[in-house]
This record gives sequence, C-alpha cells and structure tokens, in this order.
Amino acid sequence: MSRRAGLITALIAVILVALWFLPAWAPYFYIFVAAEILILGLFAAGFNLVFGYTGMLSLGHAAFFGFGAYVTAMLLLHFDTPLAFALIASLAGGGLLALVIGFFCVRLTEVYFTMLTLAFGMMVFSVAQQWRSFTGGSDGITGFAVGSFGLGLDLTLGNPAVYYQLTLVIVTLAGLCLYLITISPFGLILRAMAENPERVAFTGIPVRRYRLYSFVISGAFSGLAGGLFAPFTRVASPETLHWSQSAEPVLMSILGGSATFLGPFIGSAIFVLLETWITSFTDRWMLFLGIVLALMVMYLRRGLLGTALDRLTKRG
Amino acid sequence: MAEQNTPILSTDALTKRFGGLTAVDGVSIALNEGEIVALIGPNGAGKTTFYNMVSGRMTPTSGQVLFHGSDIAGKPPHEIARAGIGRSFQITNVFNELTVRENVQVALVSHRGKSLRLFAVLGMDRALRREADEILARLGLESMAELRTGTLSYGDKRLLELAIVLAIEPEIVMLDEPTAGLTPEETRAVIELIRNLRAERPYTFFITEHDMEVVFGLAERVLVMHRGQLLATGAPEEVRQNPEVRRAYLGDEEEDSAA
Ligand SMILES: Nc1ncnc2c1ncn2[C@@H]1O[C@H](COP(=O)(O)OP(=O)(O)O)[C@@H](O)[C@H]1O
Ligand SMILES: [Mg+2]
Repeated sequence: MSRRAGLITALIAVILVALWFLPAWAPYFYIFVAAEILILGLFAAGFNLVFGYTGMLSLGHAAFFGFGAYVTAMLLLHFDTPLAFALIASLAGGGLLALVIGFFCVRLTEVYFTMLTLAFGMMVFSVAQQWRSFTGGSDGITGFAVGSFGLGLDLTLGNPAVYYQLTLVIVTLAGLCLYLITISPFGLILRAMAENPERVAFTGIPVRRYRLYSFVISGAFSGLAGGLFAPFTRVASPETLHWSQSAEPVLMSILGGSATFLGPFIGSAIFVLLETWITSFTDRWMLFLGIVLALMVMYLRRGLLGTALDRLTKRG
Repeated sequence: MAEQNTPILSTDALTKRFGGLTAVDGVSIALNEGEIVALIGPNGAGKTTFYNMVSGRMTPTSGQVLFHGSDIAGKPPHEIARAGIGRSFQITNVFNELTVRENVQVALVSHRGKSLRLFAVLGMDRALRREADEILARLGLESMAELRTGTLSYGDKRLLELAIVLAIEPEIVMLDEPTAGLTPEETRAVIELIRNLRAERPYTFFITEHDMEVVFGLAERVLVMHRGQLLATGAPEEVRQNPEVRRAYLGDEEEDSAA
C-alpha cells in the first residue's frame, strides 16, 4: 500500500518535471494544450470536492469558474493589479459567490440540489450577458494586459512559456492544498456524508453546514482556475459562465474517475487531448466525445484512473 | 427505588401520527441514569417511531422529550447527538465505502471537535487511530480495521454500528433492535457484549427488541409497547407475569406462530 503511494508520488514528480521542461522541446501549440489541461484540471478537481467527495452533483460550477475569470480580467483591465493579487481575488470571489449560491442550494438534496445549481448558474450567466456596461455583454472583457506578478517576482508573463510555467506551479500548489483537504479529518466527514449523510448527522455533525463548507471551498478553487484561464485566453467571456461549461468538470471527473483525487486531472487531459486531436480532422467533436463517454460509462464506470487503481488493488 | 431520582430522559405524552395512523400514542416514560431499559413490543408497535422522535429523526406531533430536564423534542439529530444521546439503527446504517476504522473515526472526529481540521492528515493523527482501534477492540473488530466495510459479514456490521455509537461517548445509548437478523449465537454474543460494556462504563442503555426473551436476562426494567401505547412497565418478571402483556403481546406472537 505505502509502496504504491511512493510509486504514485514518484510518477507525479516525473510528470511535473517533464511538464516544467515542456517549453524547452515541445512546439508552442502544446504549451497551450498543456496549460488548458492544467487549468481545466484544477477546475474539475475543485468541482470534484463537491461531486466525488461530498456526493452532490452541481451543474452550476461554471458560475464560479467564470466569475473568477471576470474578477481577474477586470482587476487587470481597470487597476493593473499584480496577477498574484488578482488570482487571490478570484479565489475569494469564487468562494464568496459559492457561499451565496450554496446557502440556498444545500437546503436541497439530490436532483433538486442539482436543478437549483443549474438555475443559479443560468442566472449568473444572464447577468453577465445583459449587464453590458459592466461586463461587456456577450463580448466579455478583453484588452487587458498581464503586467507584473507581484510578491517581488519578476516574471515576463506576456511570454506564453512563462505563463504556462506559472500556471503549472499554481495548479500544483492548489492541487496539493485540495489533496490535503481530501485526506484530512474534514475530508473524512465529506466522504462519509457522500455515502450516508443521515448517519453522519447522528454522530453530531450539522450536515447541511458541512455541505456548504465543501461547496464554498470547491467554488473558491473553481474561481482560482477561472482567474488563471482569463489571461491565458486573453478574454473573460460569458461562455465561461455558460451551463455547457458546467458540464465539462462533470465529464472530466467521470472520464478520469471521480472517486480518485487525480481522476479529474486525468479526465481533463483526456478531454482536451481528444478535443484537440478530433477537431483537427472533423467538426463533429461532440459526436466523438459522446461515443467515448458512452463507452466509458458502460465499460469503465469508475473512470480511467479509478478502474486502473481497482485493478492494481485486486492484483496487489 | 431508582424511580425516585430525577430521570436522565423522560417523555411526556409523546405522540406521532402518520395521516390517520397513530404510531405512537401519548407515551410517557422515564429512564434513570445507569439503567438498562428494554422497550419491547411486536413489530409495528411503534418502537422505532418512538426512537426517531427521541433522537431527532422525526418531530413529534405532540408531547415532550426531556433530557436532563430540558425539552429536546424537534431538535435536529446532530444537536441531540452532541448533547449525549447516541443511537443505532434497526436497518444497518454504516459506511460501506469506508474502512472499518474510518467508520469509527467519523464519529470520533465529530466527537473530538476535529471535524474542521482541513489541513491535518487523518492518517497521521495517532490519537484518532488509537482511540478508534480501542473501540474496535472492545467489540472484537480490531483485526478488521483496514478492511472496506462493505466486505464485512452482516453480524460484524451490526457490531460496527454499535462501535460508531460508542465513539461519541453518549450518556444514553439507544439501540434499535441490535440483534435484528442475527443468529441465536450472535444474539447471545451481542447481549453478553452489552452487559460487559455496561460493566465498564456507566452508560444508560435503552434497547428495543421485538422478541421479549432476548432482553429478559439483560434488562433491569422493561417497557412494553403495543399498538402505539405503553402497555406495562416493570421488572422483567413482573412484565412477564402481567396478564395484559401476555394477552396483547404474547397473543400476537402465538397468532404469528400459529399462522
Ligand atoms: N415514516 C413513516 N410513515 C408512515 N408510517 C410509518 C412511518 N414509520 C413507521 N410507520 C408506521 O408506524 C407504525 C409503527 O412502526 P414502527 O415504529 O417502525 O414499529 P416497530 O419499530 O415497533 O416495529 C407502523 O404501522 C408503521 O407502518
Ligand atoms: Mg422497529
């Protein structure tokens, strides 16, 4: 068991080092692909705290991701805020919005919870779309420049390779933070709630409040991912708030395995790579994604990583 | 008599109606600290509904539940658990996806006020591990600590159910048919275990059972429920001799076995 943990840690370290040196040998195009995988992976991992660990399916997480994107984009545009502080604001903003939306949503469970998150997500989307003077309407926020990073670090963030490496560091740190939460006593309570919230209540835990805590943390990490996404795409658009954006972390978590911590990251890699590869020779990317997803749900229900780990455990 | 002390838990005309059915009908009881009390009655008598009201799972239609003299009726389960009333469930209610040790740790994390530790590593909390293993050892489950709970036998899951309740160190341990579905040997083992637990610590045990013979050797006092009402209360022998109980309760059983 602990040998396996060591092996996985070593594997992750190798992957991280390889990713760090990616700009040294890979074409620019792959730097963009890798950055997108990392950012959406963080979004999906943040989402999966609520989905995989707490057992609640949210279809409104684009609200937090998109909100984070707008917060960073606006701070950069209007105040030339150093990126580090803009990202912290996105993290806090995502958490705060999740607190407001979650306050209502955690009162409901199962499909009603899901429908309410979807409804709130749609509301946030239409506010962004309608409130043109503030949000730029359907064009979103553009024309902002990433200046300094802050915290005394001198980085040329205009260079995509540098921005990518910064993304790698931030996603790794944020991922580590999330991982610690999942293996904490608090994380145990979440996992227990996913299976049997009532039994948890009878041990003295106010289940609804803990659902809200999980939702807020999840929203904060989604907001951080959104904050990283805006400078990467050079726009904060209402599309990042659209309900179809909320579906992405769901698909990624299921593809990779929602019962594992790294599943959503693997799912993000599968999703982005498939999308990149398939759109290079056909427009019908959604059709292929649908087929892959159908096959996974039928034959690899616990996701790629989940199934692999199951196999290993059975053998070892 | 113990009856003269202030009771740790009492109910006053506790009533629950489901539509036209009165599942619990004006039941008033009192438990004294440190007693082992059995609530018996045939299936459908209203025992579980009574438990649900005391433990906060259901809000009473009317009546009071007094714990140390203050009314807890209608309070949410987590507050009642925090206050010192732990309960188990007639239908096994454990976390199948977690390990056996983790099942107990859920309750310990809650009870020790560690549930908001976000950046501590559960696996490195030695106190939580030791305490969980001690509780498992008391129930003879220590060798299964690392197993996924879903793989346990039914009897072991019933014991784990008890371990989760003990982990919150309740003053009152309410067990809803702890021997439901167990073989006669397993049943005897559980009864023996409860007796030992009680000898170790001054728990107040409140146990339901549909088969009155099971708890006769264990309970110091027996309450009999029938069709939502409290029919009799007294020492096991008294209750056994009570003609009304014989008619209502044992009569039902004879009908059952005759059928
Ligand atoms: N949630 C519920 N809704 C409607 N009726 C219920 C509910 N729970 C129990 N009852 C009814 O209340 C009566 C008492 O049930 P219960 O308390 O489970 O009895 P016991 O535990 O003594 O077997 C039964 O007739 C049962 O059908
Ligand atoms: Mg019952």
